[in-house]
Amino acid sequence: MSAVVQDPQLMELNPPLVQGTGDLHDLTDQISSVVEAQVFETPLKYWITLACTSSIVLLLGAMITYLVNTGIGVWGNNRPIGWAWDITNFVFWIGIGHAGTLISAILFLFRQKWRTSINRSAEAMTLFAVMCAGIFPLFHTGRPWRAFYWLFPIPNTDLNLWQNFRSPLIWDVFAVSTYFTVSLLFWFTGLVPDLATLRDRATTKVRQVVFGILSLGWRGSARHWRHYEQAYLILAGISTPLVLSVHSVVSFDFATSVIPGWHTTIFPPYFVAGAIFSGFACVMTLLLIARWLLNLQNLITIKHLDNMNKIILVTGSIVGYAYCTEFFIAWYSGSIYERFTFLNRAFGPYWWAAWSMYTCNVFIPQLYWFRKMRTNLWVMFIISITTNIGMWFERFVIIATSLTRDFLPSSWGYYSPTWVDICTFIGTIGLFLTLFLLFARFLPMIAMSEVKGVASQEKHAFAGQEGKVLHR
Amino acid sequence: MSQVPDPAILIAQIKDKLGIGADKVYGVIGEFSEPEELVEAGRTIRGMGYTKIDAMSPFPVHGIDEAIGVPYSKIGWIAVCGAIAGITTAQVLIYYVGVIDYPLIIGGKPLFDFTYSIPPTFELAILFTAITTFLCTWGLSGLPRLYHPSMNYRDAHRASDDRFLLVIESDDPKFDAQKTAEDMRRVGANDVEVVEG
Repeated sequence: MSAVVQDPQLMELNPPLVQGTGDLHDLTDQISSVVEAQVFETPLKYWITLACTSSIVLLLGAMITYLVNTGIGVWGNNRPIGWAWDITNFVFWIGIGHAGTLISAILFLFRQKWRTSINRSAEAMTLFAVMCAGIFPLFHTGRPWRAFYWLFPIPNTDLNLWQNFRSPLIWDVFAVSTYFTVSLLFWFTGLVPDLATLRDRATTKVRQVVFGILSLGWRGSARHWRHYEQAYLILAGISTPLVLSVHSVVSFDFATSVIPGWHTTIFPPYFVAGAIFSGFACVMTLLLIARWLLNLQNLITIKHLDNMNKIILVTGSIVGYAYCTEFFIAWYSGSIYERFTFLNRAFGPYWWAAWSMYTCNVFIPQLYWFRKMRTNLWVMFIISITTNIGMWFERFVIIATSLTRDFLPSSWGYYSPTWVDICTFIGTIGLFLTLFLLFARFLPMIAMSEVKGVASQEKHAFAGQEGKVLHR
Repeated sequence: MSQVPDPAILIAQIKDKLGIGADKVYGVIGEFSEPEELVEAGRTIRGMGYTKIDAMSPFPVHGIDEAIGVPYSKIGWIAVCGAIAGITTAQVLIYYVGVIDYPLIIGGKPLFDFTYSIPPTFELAILFTAITTFLCTWGLSGLPRLYHPSMNYRDAHRASDDRFLLVIESDDPKFDAQKTAEDMRRVGANDVEVVEG
């Protein structure tokens, strides 16, 4: 492939992915310096933020302790709404994770080079989000110390039981645990060359030993890279159907039931689009925070953010289309229960939740049709947050509105969260942010080896301007 | 961390275990500052008749594999075996649990059916493929290891930073420390060192 000749006008529309000199050593220095900084060299704003978020983790610990000690009655879910905030939060967090895999795997397969600055942090976000997600079903079992035998097919003499593989709930266990494991392996594989860089730069014995072990003795040999690249491609290739399957399987939890509003074939694609939508918004929130806290403006450029906003616009519109389809099918089906459920969704007791969801998910992201909006940091920060609020409401609306009106009016009810519900959810947000902040400070947040590859290629794209054609 | 022994002593012990004497030569390493120079030099060196060539770089350099004759990775085939193992495990597990060891009649559904076994089977296929690929990536690369003689090169740490190294190993039949070092300089290396192993 010959190099692309770049003219100044095109440069403005399509700026380089890595700003600055593109010198490889400078890149290593900049990215590693975040990890290698002394305590006082890291901006104070970082430590203050970390102190706030880790205090919220303590709240989570307290809530879980209280729940386990007392029983799950401290949560507000009860008949007829047996699934409430816990499953809402579970689906919400799993959905957040999906953008990480999308960025690291699907955009990799599509050769989208702009992903290199954000893929590491997006993958880390996936891991942390799945951890937060796991908390809810695990503690909803009431006896999490036994959940191991309930959830995984492990021969045991303790309970003498096997799982029922006809249940979508066990599919969910397989999907989510596979998702976590594969994401972890993928993330670690990508980290190894960068850990080797940190090992080679280490100045203290502790760092030498820690990074020496973690980097597995990586030395960047051509014999390593050929296996590595092949493995990376395979992991990306299997993660792509995996990420689509995970939220499809999550949606089966609802779709295989006979509850009006849940029993629908649109759920798998609708859930996946929503997951990517919310996940991208969450990556956006985190990147904007990290970019500001750790001064990474030249690596995470407006172009990266602009591209992500375009994806938010597309997936948000898909979600909006799915809402319309749901209403249409409810009318077209002729089923009085379906019709009632959807009218009840928009105008029933949870109308406020439904309209928050439509506003946040469908109407607000339409601002992204305008380039000015896509490149304004404040606008994107606010939209990234409203999108996540909207997507949280989407799960809540689906779960609560269908359950609140049972087939028999005598079984109708209304769900309100207890303070424990609310504090537990806030606690997981704290856990998520704390893990992310720790990662951003103690591991290379940007994939050095990948960014160097891109920077090196871009340098040659500019060399092409002088008439020198390079082949690669 | 006072228990950690001195790295130099540790290296000496490992060398001793591996039977690598201090007088033995690992190879000749040449340093380049651009990936294209590395590929070009690699190709020339291979043209000279060397066969035990390696390259070290901070990111995968495209074209280096053909230039120095590194064969294509076979990880793909091993990954396929992982997928087959995953599918088999899942099918056997679901059949054994549902039909043989713990038959439960729920809603008149069959004890085993291909359709409802698809999601867990798919997930296990992915899981086994991922674990196999992950282990093979390191296993086939001869990792993990704590020491490699190429790390004795004075600028070895820059191979993970901004330099591109070309290695001719001493077990190459054409290897001769003096002559090989000259060849390395001739193909344009900025810095050449005969590295002890």
